[in-house]
Amino acid sequence: MSLTINDLHLSIGGSKILSGISLEAKPGRTLGIVGESGSGKSMTALSVMQLLPLGSHTTGSINFAEHDLLNAPDELMQDLRGDDIAMIFQEPMTALNPVHTIGDQIAEGICLHTGASKSEAHRQAAKLMADVGLPVERFPLGRFPHQLSGGQRQRVAIAMACAQSPDLLIADEPTTALDVVLQAQILDLLRARVENSGMALMLITHDLAVVADMADDLIVMREGEIVDHGPTKSVLRSLAHPYTAKLAAASTHRPALKPANVALVAAPIVQVQNITRDYSTPRQSLFQKGKPFRAVDDVSFNIRAGESLGLVGASGCGKSTLAKMILALDKPTNGSILINSTDIATADQAAMRPVRCAVQAVFQDPGSSFDPRHTVERLIAEPLHLEPKLSADERRQRVLDALAEVAMPADSLHRYPHEFSGGQRQRLALARALITRPSLIVADEPVSALDVSIRAQILDLIADLRHRLGIAWLFISHDLGVVRAICDEVMVMDAGRIVERGACNSVFDAPQSNAAKALVAATPDLARAIALAENDA
Amino acid sequence: MSVPETHRLPGFRESAFASRSFVIGLTVTLIICAMAAISFIWTPYDVTSLAIGDRLQKPSAAHWFGTDHFGRDIASMIMVGARNSIAVAVVAVVIGMGIGVPLGCWAASRGGLPDEALMRGNDVIFAFPALLSAVMISAVFGPGAINAIIAIGIFNIPVFARLSRGGALALWQRDFIAAARVSGKSSARITVEHIVPNIADILIVQATIALALGILQEAGLAYVGLGTQPPFPSWGRMLNEAQTMMSFAPHMAIAPGIAIVVTVLGLNLLGDGLRDALDPKLARLRS
Repeated sequence: MSLTINDLHLSIGGSKILSGISLEAKPGRTLGIVGESGSGKSMTALSVMQLLPLGSHTTGSINFAEHDLLNAPDELMQDLRGDDIAMIFQEPMTALNPVHTIGDQIAEGICLHTGASKSEAHRQAAKLMADVGLPVERFPLGRFPHQLSGGQRQRVAIAMACAQSPDLLIADEPTTALDVVLQAQILDLLRARVENSGMALMLITHDLAVVADMADDLIVMREGEIVDHGPTKSVLRSLAHPYTAKLAAASTHRPALKPANVALVAAPIVQVQNITRDYSTPRQSLFQKGKPFRAVDDVSFNIRAGESLGLVGASGCGKSTLAKMILALDKPTNGSILINSTDIATADQAAMRPVRCAVQAVFQDPGSSFDPRHTVERLIAEPLHLEPKLSADERRQRVLDALAEVAMPADSLHRYPHEFSGGQRQRLALARALITRPSLIVADEPVSALDVSIRAQILDLIADLRHRLGIAWLFISHDLGVVRAICDEVMVMDAGRIVERGACNSVFDAPQSNAAKALVAATPDLARAIALAENDA
Repeated sequence: MSVPETHRLPGFRESAFASRSFVIGLTVTLIICAMAAISFIWTPYDVTSLAIGDRLQKPSAAHWFGTDHFGRDIASMIMVGARNSIAVAVVAVVIGMGIGVPLGCWAASRGGLPDEALMRGNDVIFAFPALLSAVMISAVFGPGAINAIIAIGIFNIPVFARLSRGGALALWQRDFIAAARVSGKSSARITVEHIVPNIADILIVQATIALALGILQEAGLAYVGLGTQPPFPSWGRMLNEAQTMMSFAPHMAIAPGIAIVVTVLGLNLLGDGLRDALDPKLARLRS
């Protein structure tokens, strides 16, 4: 049974969202839908599910098997949803109901659609769990979602979606919230389901690299329209459409790296010496303390002036904990961190002042890194709190300078964060970090939440700042492509330890440790996919 | 994936005045406040002078709500009583917020043992109803409006402490707080600059509701004789005095009863409307 969309137009509250969408998802094939935020790819999926927000108006036709979905009554849609058409959402953290066990959640759909008894449904649920790589011996059905990691939850969501062997599975950014290793596992899982059960898969993503290996056919969307479509290989081979070419270029973008404009000094800015961070865990029993969880385990490294160092690893390997300790937001259990020869664990407030000026931060989520109630001027000037002697005019001048560094207009001063897009907010975050003229910026996944074309611009900006201002960077990411683009050296972290350090090219081309090998193997490679497509021609 | 939020949310005023409960609540509250304010300079009759000859009159043009068993004008007493109710409730809320919010914010910024100790202390206060603590305070210090204010105020402290701690805890996880810490700001300064403004909306809503509760509690205390003392009029005591004459002068109970109901209802509507206006997500869920 295949899905056919013909000339679909959608408007919500009078504003046009989709215009003239036509596509076909065939059994046993994967259809990739690529586009940036706001291109209408998720709305296309919701139109198929008939889960559009109130006030939506659609014209055209959506046919699935013999049903006309646009005019289908609610009862029919309820029958189809979860049974013949299933959907997986982006955020595994919120896709499951936190108060029900995973077994009950998988069994619910089975009971509902087949009328099976509860015990029969649980038996089937156990089998589905095994299929998605969560054997019941290790992951009993009685577990609650919070006891699972993000990747495991996404597997449960897939098990739920596949419970009825749907004819069509819509996956809306199923791996965007996951690191590359988990992404590769989830994509393998989906690919196997398509090959074995002959279902049709609609894979929606903003990253061309993800679908390049996966999809048989490709649709590129922009502003509610399909701008390019065809078999994946031929779309990638010719890159005939300028927008597809632009997306591909942005996805593989590498800024021209120039060495940092700084005199080399012998003393490193940061010396991390044998630090360890333990977190306590709940008591095992009344008389037995929980075994502490070691998030960072005996880590030592230095960062020199002007150096940009990447820190990569799967999620949960301890990289963010390490970053927090360098930013003095968290204290190591053992070991010491020296910044410009000041031990930040023992320094008092006065001694911390120059350290705070020297080390600034940029965070991952541009949505939450600004207080929504303050103006941009006040937000960017926040670190100037460290330099109390400045006059009001000097402060404003410093803010304007910082805005100019990140190519933001001066009239941003009196606006509020919500008036800016994600990419602009990340520029503002950079401006805030630059305002104290730091010698090191710790950036925790600064581009993971951005669209590929915006990501390319921010990477260019970072490379440029690095060259002009001679700032050292500690760049944390799970995306090897990003690290490779702007770092000289990279450290690979696994289970709290640094297992490998070396020049980017040598580590990524010839990884030594298992963790590095796994990361490299899991990273989707668009350049390779394009090259393969061209060789086929 | 995250859609960039470039559109502006509707302003507070637009969404507030679009909400019917906000408009009705605000109007009722303003009328009650105006009534109390006017009573300072003018009331139809003097509420302290007795006129036994006019006692227990039914509502008429001369006495809008009739007179009580001492011949005092009930309409005038309601006006002066409003002053009393509002004063007690407002001061009690100020006490509750003034102590509860700093405590809650402090607990959230410290975490660990201080947090735990404070919140358990809160639970202890919560365990006693306001009426009971008022009885205890009155037993020690004697009955009166001031002691009623203290009793209701103490009851308000854990409410505000718990609310601000919850809101603050969620905010402390956000990146902009981490950014402020990287800027070297102290917890106290972050609390003043970032935490309090961001929990102000839930606090305002809670304050409105606490005002309504305070008025109700003050009436309850005055009713059992532990609140405002005679001869100063109070809605709760008016109800108490009306009780014995219920069978032949029901108008004595009706007027203060309606005054209490309307005020509490008005404040609750105002609180609801404020909440909808300040948190548009919730309003959409309910409509």
